[in-house]
Amino acid sequence: MQERLKELQTEALEKISTAADLKELNDIRVSYLGKKGPITEALKGMGKLSAEERPKMGALANEVRDSIAAGIEEKQKHLEEAAVQEKLAAEKIDVTLPGRPVKTGNHHPLTRIIEEIEDLFIGMGYTVAEGPEVEKDYYNFEALNLPKGHPARDMQDSFYITEEILLRTHTSPVQARTMEKHEGKGPVKIICPGKVYRRDNDDATHSHQFMQIEGLVVDENIRMTDLKGTLEVFAKKMFGEDREIRLRPSFFPFTEPSVEMDISCKICGGKGCSVCKGTGWIEILGAGMVHPNVLEMAGFDSKKYTGFAFGMGPERIAMLKYGVDDIRHFYTNDVRFLKQFSIHE
Amino acid sequence: MFVSYKWLQEYVDLSGVTPAELAEKITKSGIEVEGVEVLNEGIKGVVVGHVLEREQHPNADKLNKCLVDTGADEPVQIICGAPNVDKGQMVAVATVGAVLPGNFKIKRAKLRGEESNGMICSLQELGIESKLVAKEYSEGIYVFPGDVEVGQDAIVQLNRDDQVLELGLTPNRSDCLSMLGVAYEVAAILGREVKLPEPQVETTSEKASDYIDVQVEAKEDNPLYVAKVIKNVEVGPSPVWMQARLMAAGIRPHNNVVDVTNYILLEYGQPLHAFDYDRLGSKEILVRRAKDGEVIVTLDDAKRELTSDHLLITNGSEPIALAGVMGGANSEVQSDTKTVLIESAYFKGATVRKASKDHGLRSEASSRFEKGVDPNRVRDAAERAAQLLAEYAGGEVLEGSVEADSLQVEPAVVSVTLEKINRVLGTELSMKEVEEIFARLQFETAVDNDTITVTVPTRRGDITIEEDLIEEVGRLYGYDNLKSTLPVGASTPGHLTEYQNKRRLVRRYLEGAGLYQAVTYSLTNEAKATQYALEERKPVQLAMPMSEDRSLLRLSIVPQLLEVLKYNSARQNDSLAVYETGAVFLSNGDEELPEEREHLAGAVTGLWQSHPWQGEKKPVDFYVVKGILEGLFDKLGLSGKVAFRQIEKAGMHPGRTAEVLLSGNSVGFVGQVHPTVEKELDLKETYVFELSLKAILEAEVAPLQYEAIPRFPSITRDIALVVDNGAAAGELEAIIKEAGGKLLKDVHVFDLYEGEHMEPGKKSIAFSLKYFDPERTLTDEDVTKAHDKVLDAVKEKAGAVLRG
Ligand SMILES: [Zn+2]
Repeated sequence: MQERLKELQTEALEKISTAADLKELNDIRVSYLGKKGPITEALKGMGKLSAEERPKMGALANEVRDSIAAGIEEKQKHLEEAAVQEKLAAEKIDVTLPGRPVKTGNHHPLTRIIEEIEDLFIGMGYTVAEGPEVEKDYYNFEALNLPKGHPARDMQDSFYITEEILLRTHTSPVQARTMEKHEGKGPVKIICPGKVYRRDNDDATHSHQFMQIEGLVVDENIRMTDLKGTLEVFAKKMFGEDREIRLRPSFFPFTEPSVEMDISCKICGGKGCSVCKGTGWIEILGAGMVHPNVLEMAGFDSKKYTGFAFGMGPERIAMLKYGVDDIRHFYTNDVRFLKQFSIHE
Repeated sequence: MFVSYKWLQEYVDLSGVTPAELAEKITKSGIEVEGVEVLNEGIKGVVVGHVLEREQHPNADKLNKCLVDTGADEPVQIICGAPNVDKGQMVAVATVGAVLPGNFKIKRAKLRGEESNGMICSLQELGIESKLVAKEYSEGIYVFPGDVEVGQDAIVQLNRDDQVLELGLTPNRSDCLSMLGVAYEVAAILGREVKLPEPQVETTSEKASDYIDVQVEAKEDNPLYVAKVIKNVEVGPSPVWMQARLMAAGIRPHNNVVDVTNYILLEYGQPLHAFDYDRLGSKEILVRRAKDGEVIVTLDDAKRELTSDHLLITNGSEPIALAGVMGGANSEVQSDTKTVLIESAYFKGATVRKASKDHGLRSEASSRFEKGVDPNRVRDAAERAAQLLAEYAGGEVLEGSVEADSLQVEPAVVSVTLEKINRVLGTELSMKEVEEIFARLQFETAVDNDTITVTVPTRRGDITIEEDLIEEVGRLYGYDNLKSTLPVGASTPGHLTEYQNKRRLVRRYLEGAGLYQAVTYSLTNEAKATQYALEERKPVQLAMPMSEDRSLLRLSIVPQLLEVLKYNSARQNDSLAVYETGAVFLSNGDEELPEEREHLAGAVTGLWQSHPWQGEKKPVDFYVVKGILEGLFDKLGLSGKVAFRQIEKAGMHPGRTAEVLLSGNSVGFVGQVHPTVEKELDLKETYVFELSLKAILEAEVAPLQYEAIPRFPSITRDIALVVDNGAAAGELEAIIKEAGGKLLKDVHVFDLYEGEHMEPGKKSIAFSLKYFDPERTLTDEDVTKAHDKVLDAVKEKAGAVLRG
């Protein structure tokens, strides 16, 4: 009987080791360990044994049973692992194939420039003021020290709707309107972005519609050095820390003194090249101290208050910053153009 | 204004300052120098030659064989094609080895069998623009009028060894439309003296007043008129240096009389006119306004009809010049002119501007009058002209001048305190420094304590208020020398308004959803202006549009976006999604500003999603675009207030367009563009939307309030309802929501069936209903009670039957 059990153990372990799959293994389990299996059969003969031998044989039978069960379990684990491996091997993919594209758009380069400027000035305590694109002659010109018949009105040939209403030629009327709302009390600190319109034929450098962004500060004791310092902060943030600025005297009817700001040319480093027309400098914006007539017309006491204003064209800034060569690109909205401004620098 | 460096040296000592350095200094202290042109750039080896012999080229009709003495050991043979070359002329010769503009190298050559050792040059070949070359030389070579020697540098003899500064003048600095004005400016910058011309003329015993009488009727238009008479004038070419200076300034030489008037225009900034005295037809000048319908034939032989807006110079009856704009043909100086009347006058800018504008005659003269000439130079300019005509046209100047003078000239006297100067500029200047700056400008000053009072010369009409003085101090002190500071004082919080913040949110959301931001034009044509408008209103129309296509302001953005899609589609990008935020303009009649309403519009065409190697290609459909909008309303906290309602709209697909309602009010639409429009634009299936952004962003939103995370489970019941084909899911949903009471937390469609297993004309819509009570676990009975109400309601209100 002892031999019979040993024989069964060897035989079972042999079958287990050669079992090819889980089903075969299960068959082995059922045939050896089942209630009608050979071990159970063998143990039926236990009655013939002596009382001394009986527990021994019982222990042996259990040992054989355990050994077979352990063998099955081990083999099962092994087979399962192999099955997983096989499954995973079959699941292998080509990780170099392109991923599923996430649909994204991005904002227009002009919005990008305008928001960058807005945020910079918001950080310096400015709010963003907006106003109508169709304006009264009064706000567009007269309140800005450009009375009717002023020769400088020629500089900004305009689209009139009626004699008194026109498409604004700059965002300065927003300054006039905002100052008026302040009823002679400072401080005023605003930045005004928006669309403006002039009678120009569209070409590589002109557009009948374009953007402008202007800034205005009015308070007691605003100095020209404050304008210079503010523009310096702006220029370095916008164009890089290494950029130099210079202020050049200029003329605008709504400021006195008036200046234009140049930044040193990035392309040639100031030596002179075709981009800067050989001067080493690139014109960025116009600015100045608010003209006393403008302050007075908006209800501010020009003896007590001073202010500075500046204005620039986002198109020009985008063109310089990104090397865009034709202003019309901004309004054609060719997706091959728009897409290029999705990168966050 | 073009400023010759050599000419400027006559008035200001420029030693130690190169033209480039001067340009830099002028730019930094007030006037932008837009360029410096080197007149003799790229020219080498051009000398004065003497044509010793000229004969016909043996083999070519149009060529001349010349023997030219260029100062070399031997005269050289040069073949010349110019028709005006002749024996005895002194000419400019580019010798063998010379270089002309455009890197044109002169080599020994054979022309039709004859040797040619160099080239006799025209002015054009020496780099002078054709339009500036005097008529007599325009078709051939240049001939020196006299006083040159063989072998001299021809460029030097032509006064072309010079550089020209191009000044970009702002409207306030018309004082620098004259060499003297520039001289004052440069002298102030360099801290040097100005040397003014001092015209000294010998006069005859005859008096100008014996020849002419001057009367001005229109005193306001012409407060000062000065006439000088010069007789026995010999009309001929002006001296080479004068011609050179005119050409450098961009003016073509004509003859000595005309050239002198132009020279004075450049030197003094005072336009002059020369009349042929003998052709005046009277001994009288009368300045008056024209009569309506009066006619003048101007120098350019054009017959011009006048109105009473125009100022005329007449001989007492007939017009002889359109004042400040152009002379009359009848009194023009000609080659046989003997006696010249020089007019130097102060004409009112606005009057000249009106005439030059009406007749399209903008000239160097008219533009100076328009900007205002210096009243104190009117007489000097006339004297100077007389002097030059005596010197270079052999004229005899009659004694005195005849004037009509009603001009009141008071120099501006402006005061400013040192405190104000320093306060505005942010400087710490002393009074002495300020005085010194005005001294450099040659402005008279008087100081009283902290106040400086400046008497401004009439040449600087731009200075009228204290800020103007502050600017003069600032720019001559140098903006480079200003410190950099930031405003001090009350701090102001910088921020965007709620509206501006939300607008940015809308943009970021749409970009994240896959739409590109576009910026299009506000001006459009009549058809597009109103197409797709949300409201029927008159569009705003320009009074004088530049073109039909840009004549009205848009009422809708969609047509502009469809243009964008069309443009891209034609360039192999037929799947695209764009949006724009911007104003549309609703007319309020001619008296009022139009209403400007900010809109949000979008347009999506072609494939919405595609991942080709996985076989995914999903074209855009209504629900894609609707989903984008629903997400947007969700983000803005408005989803509970928004509904979509089927509508028909011109230009849109009649079955696939919805009106968007916010709290029951229409705020826009979404849908498919009408297939005929798609076809016209050559677009694939295209969906658009346009909403009043203003309405959406200004809608009231409940403040954000935390809601407890549910502690009790919810119970879901699904129902499939059989309804008529035309029934709207949205309406069923609304009925369910209303009937479900407060336990019903969520309803959504999860299936739609319109197939063969349905009774004809019916469809099945399946809803999933979620019931939930935050306070307790719901029992089946609770839910059944609520759910039964829902079933009753849909049956009663929509005739919906539960699908078995
Ligand atoms: Zn450069």
